[in-house]
Amino acid sequence: MLGRGILRGLIETWRNFQGSYYDPARLTTVQYPEEKLPPQENARTIPFLVYDGEDPLAGLRCTACSICAVECPAHCIEIVKDTAKKPDYLGKMQFHPKVFNIEMAVCMECGVCAEVCPFDSIKMDRVFELSSDDRRMVLQKSDLAKSNDYFRKIHPAEAAAVDAARAEEQRKAQAKKDASPVPVAS
Amino acid sequence: MIAPPPELQTPGAGDFAGHDLLEIAMGPHHPSTHGVFRMNVVLDGETVVKLTPVFGYLHRNHEKIAEKNSYLASIPYTDRLDYICSMTNNWAYVLSVEKLAGLAVPERAEYLRVIVGELTRLQNHACLAGFLLQDMGALGTPLMYAFREREKILDLFESLSGSRMMCNYMRFGGCRCDPPDGWLEQAVRVVAEFDSFLDHFEALLNENEILRARSQGVGVLPRGLAVNAGVTGPGLRASGVNYDIRKVDQYGIYNRFKFRVPLGQHGDVFDRYMMRILEMRESLGILGQALHDIPAGPIQDPKVKLRNLRPKPGEAYGRIESPKGELGFYLISDGGPAPYRYRVRPPSLINLTVLEDMCLGHTIADVVIILGSIDIVLGEVDR
Amino acid sequence: MQTPEQIKDRILAAFPGAHLEVIPNGSPANPPSLLLDHGQAREIATFLRDDPQLRFDYASNVTGVDWPEKVVKEKVKVRKIIDGVEQEAAELVERKTPGFLEAVYHLYSMALGQGPLIIRLRTGNRTDSVVLPSLTPVWRSCEFQEREIFDLFGIAFDGHPDLRRILMWDNFADHPMRRDYVPAGDQEPKP
Repeated sequence: MLGRGILRGLIETWRNFQGSYYDPARLTTVQYPEEKLPPQENARTIPFLVYDGEDPLAGLRCTACSICAVECPAHCIEIVKDTAKKPDYLGKMQFHPKVFNIEMAVCMECGVCAEVCPFDSIKMDRVFELSSDDRRMVLQKSDLAKSNDYFRKIHPAEAAAVDAARAEEQRKAQAKKDASPVPVAS
Repeated sequence: MIAPPPELQTPGAGDFAGHDLLEIAMGPHHPSTHGVFRMNVVLDGETVVKLTPVFGYLHRNHEKIAEKNSYLASIPYTDRLDYICSMTNNWAYVLSVEKLAGLAVPERAEYLRVIVGELTRLQNHACLAGFLLQDMGALGTPLMYAFREREKILDLFESLSGSRMMCNYMRFGGCRCDPPDGWLEQAVRVVAEFDSFLDHFEALLNENEILRARSQGVGVLPRGLAVNAGVTGPGLRASGVNYDIRKVDQYGIYNRFKFRVPLGQHGDVFDRYMMRILEMRESLGILGQALHDIPAGPIQDPKVKLRNLRPKPGEAYGRIESPKGELGFYLISDGGPAPYRYRVRPPSLINLTVLEDMCLGHTIADVVIILGSIDIVLGEVDR
Repeated sequence: MQTPEQIKDRILAAFPGAHLEVIPNGSPANPPSLLLDHGQAREIATFLRDDPQLRFDYASNVTGVDWPEKVVKEKVKVRKIIDGVEQEAAELVERKTPGFLEAVYHLYSMALGQGPLIIRLRTGNRTDSVVLPSLTPVWRSCEFQEREIFDLFGIAFDGHPDLRRILMWDNFADHPMRRDYVPAGDQEPKP
């Protein structure tokens, strides 16, 4: 019968149409921004710098080693090392960055910087609602620094693994210090 | 420098004396050309007498950038070649580097590669079926149904790799990260739902008289021309040539999976459309087997360093069956941190060689459908 | 699948006097390639396509490579007279390896399921002798790829049906993929 194929198609369309009133498989529209989809834990957008504790400058994990700047495929990270050193979580004196700029117009949010960082200091954020009316496309250290509590909130599994590894290292360093105490001069 | 030959005259004016010919430029701003792609079409009434494709509007000198960046830094750039199928682009590139440097891949990583590769094939063919029907005038209904299923696959990619389309997932000697808990079960659910979606999709479209009238007998690609012109992928198999690189080269672990290679008989637009539907069915079969058999284990060869890979001097050509055709990467290493020559063999560009041959004698409405059935992505054509 | 050496012998049997050379490949498990000279390249390509045992009917990848001239410093022992006594001394000698452009073809056989066979064609130098025979009449898949090599490297293909720029705009005046390409300041196309 001529038109049989079109009729079969129309049955499908009818099924979808009347299903869109009650069937959850058909109701896929999310009324953004009043409703939002729950964010995926592993989603990645722009990078950010992690700091421990309350003070972003004192607790910044970054040691200005520039590995992220070297490996960045888009060459969008600019780091200037500060000559002063400050202690890290193990008590070792490390450099820290005086300037840490990421040019957001160039960054392609690939995550290679977070993958190669040896100090767990640059991680990928999940924010995507970044519209603003100022034209600042270069994010500086103050914009990028976010606390470890924020990192735990957005990527709980990854932050827990990083915290556990750092706690283990601290424990091992403490055990080494206890085992061979510095002799007291008499 | 060699000067190029003189510019071509307006073609065909002498041969078709007495006819009024109209030369129009379809594109580059055109909703149906699948990207910034231009076709200079010379028409006699509504019939095409000459067609010249013009591209280069999306040329981003990907090959030159790769010569200055390290091997690792090129992986995010390969996501952006065929931007719909980022996982298979990654796979072709890391396969070439693994051939060049002689790296081995652990088994769990191979299974993960097959799983995300076949999921990519599913979502690409769903895109293509939807867009082809939209080009025919179905105004978005099949497109939106297909995209609704594709969203489930993209959600899987986001929870696995962090990003829906620019996945940056494969690494030399394995994959970047293990799937989170529950991902494999969710993938099994998505595959089951896709199977029933395909039943409804085929019921919607396969016997549709308008689809058949517009696509059967249109844009026929003869076998000999397809082979000689280097057409690969579903377009080649729709013309009846049995050449699927998953069966020929058996890269990765494809020799462990049972799947058939669908072949067409006529090589017209309808056959190319049906190829995609049948290949989606076969991909579901492969996914079922892979999701069932995937072992536990490491996903990355521990001997391979992430940074500063320096393969020994030599060259390698690695190719895979991407959803568009044969995607190959030709790499020459001189022992340094960056490749000496990095070349992408783009299936979309080479499939376009026969666009004019398929369109001659058809109307301009058919040109849109024929271009849609070749399945091009300009990110790959222009790189 | 026959090795490139065996294929070379087969070609020499059909075209005695042709100049062929097998170029080794340094990386693991990768095949060596066959260097052809210009004179009979198209006939040899037709033979590779049609010979019943080879049947290389599918040219998969056609690409260009730029090899600029290199200055190689070598230590050479020469006999020199130093302080009145003839002695052997080491001298640093500079040698220039000539530069050339190269077109590389990867051939597969769909009929027999074998491959790849890698063919190379080299130009004389990088400045004035940059013409190579086009293999588009043999394999149509070379059409757009040879145009791209012309556009980006500057190799002119003799016998190509439509040799003009494909990715860069028509009035562009340089060849971007060459190793010594320096982008000009203002790259916008002028109307």
